[in-house]
Amino acid sequence: MSKSVQSLYTYTFLLPAGVIYALFFLAPTFLSFFYSLTIWTLSEWRFTGLDNFAIFLSEPSLVIGFRNTLVYATVSASLKVVLGFLLAAFLTSELRTKGFLRSLIYFPNIVSTIAVGIMFSSFLHPSKGIVNVLLALIGIDGPDWLGNPSIALLSVALVDVWKGVGIAMVIFIAGIQAIDRQYYEAARIDGASSFDALRHITLPLSRSSMNTVIMLAFIGGLRSFDLIWVMTKGGPGFTTDLVASIIYKQFQGGFYGIATAGNVILFLIVSAFAIPLYRIITKKEVDL
Amino acid sequence: MNTIKMKKLIIEIIATLLALALFGVPFYFVVVNSGKDAAAAARMTLSFPETTQYLDNFRQVITASNSMLIRAFFNSFIISAATIIVLIVIASSAGFVLGRRKGKAVNIISFLVLAGLMVPPAIVPTIWLLRTLGLYKSLTGLILVEAAIMFPFTLLLYRGYVTTIPRELDEASLIDGTGPVKMFSLVIFPLLKPVSVTVTIINAITIFNDFVHPLYFLPGAKNATVQLTLYNFMSTFSTKWNLLYADVLIISIPPLIFFILFNSKIVSGMVAGAVKG
Repeated sequence: MSKSVQSLYTYTFLLPAGVIYALFFLAPTFLSFFYSLTIWTLSEWRFTGLDNFAIFLSEPSLVIGFRNTLVYATVSASLKVVLGFLLAAFLTSELRTKGFLRSLIYFPNIVSTIAVGIMFSSFLHPSKGIVNVLLALIGIDGPDWLGNPSIALLSVALVDVWKGVGIAMVIFIAGIQAIDRQYYEAARIDGASSFDALRHITLPLSRSSMNTVIMLAFIGGLRSFDLIWVMTKGGPGFTTDLVASIIYKQFQGGFYGIATAGNVILFLIVSAFAIPLYRIITKKEVDL
Repeated sequence: MNTIKMKKLIIEIIATLLALALFGVPFYFVVVNSGKDAAAAARMTLSFPETTQYLDNFRQVITASNSMLIRAFFNSFIISAATIIVLIVIASSAGFVLGRRKGKAVNIISFLVLAGLMVPPAIVPTIWLLRTLGLYKSLTGLILVEAAIMFPFTLLLYRGYVTTIPRELDEASLIDGTGPVKMFSLVIFPLLKPVSVTVTIINAITIFNDFVHPLYFLPGAKNATVQLTLYNFMSTFSTKWNLLYADVLIISIPPLIFFILFNSKIVSGMVAGAVKG
């Protein structure tokens, strides 16, 4: 009986998906390893070994992309984790406006990145932008958020947090709502404060949502392109270039081999973090 | 007791005001400034427009560069709709088999699909492939690439739901002598409707808002998508903030309608996809 039921789950059902996914995602990924070792015009290629990678690792305007990508992903992901968790803890308590607040904070997620980038480019205008106008009201001379090389990258990372904290929040909310209420009652009877409950019940039992948020936010951060491209185009100079924006610049310049090497490097960076991060955080999960 | 309640109320009021300031004011700013004239919008204030010219601004945005925006809306709708249809067909059938079968082959396939959730797509080789197939700079080419890129996420949603459908249904149709294709399309696929709805909503917003893939795979004026026109308007309208804001407003309307209609579905779908990934 069960053997013949298996015949209903025919592998032919995988064929349409397999063809599209293999052709338009897997094949280019495998090809990228080869073409990253060439000088490539799309119609012709010449093998050059690891030259493209050497250029990536020696050219200062390209090397800066590694540092920036790591800083950007770390800053935006850690803020999303911390703020997303606190917002979720607050918005799962008894509040009249919690439905409204959840929607409000989630809303930037469905607005396009380009639109958000344009909005914040004007808010962060050094003299007229509302951020600095408001800071001036309380006597602070606001900086040139996007024009000052030492803070431009962080400014964009903060905008990324503003746009993306809502998704972190709803993932945490789902996790917190799955926690058995009895733990909280027991803690209250034992005289624990609400901070104690947050620290010793909510936080450890949200571990699996936290893992999801860390993975999503960090890997999303490593791959970021559009927000930085709309807001700074990698400038001033190359100070906010990410690996993904460097790939685009090399592509625009017609350096297809170097652009593809950048793609392979991004692939390796993402895998280098994704695989161990996935192992570590799945091990630490609390069993109860 | 009463002072505790009072304290809670005050905290709630402060939190609500803070959230409104941080998340509401930016959108309010765009709405008021898209109705001003260029000089007033350039002052970048939160004040209400003295003379509103919404219709005039919208008309200028829509008719700019030979009514590029209309073409862009048309293209974006076609791309989103076609990609979603392709995704529903390929991911529901694949999700069914992968949700039912076990074994080494299924594990390898699952790994390859999971990798697609994290790894960035290889840009130039994809362009080379599209060129070789004669699909570069065509809507069809972008639709197929978007479908491949959104496939892992969509598949996970379907596969997760398939495991909740009792296998007795399969056995019953086996006894009836129904073949796999008929069984899937008449029995299983209708039961997957909740996932199909979620998949449609989430992919519609993601693909409509996508900027990177049209930028690489669909260059050229007649191929504009809404996000590409918005990006290009940044240089065309660099001094006319009122028109830029009006453009932001117009382009955000379709996702906004989706958000109002399907708020809870969007959130639960995003969470389900994220957690399973």
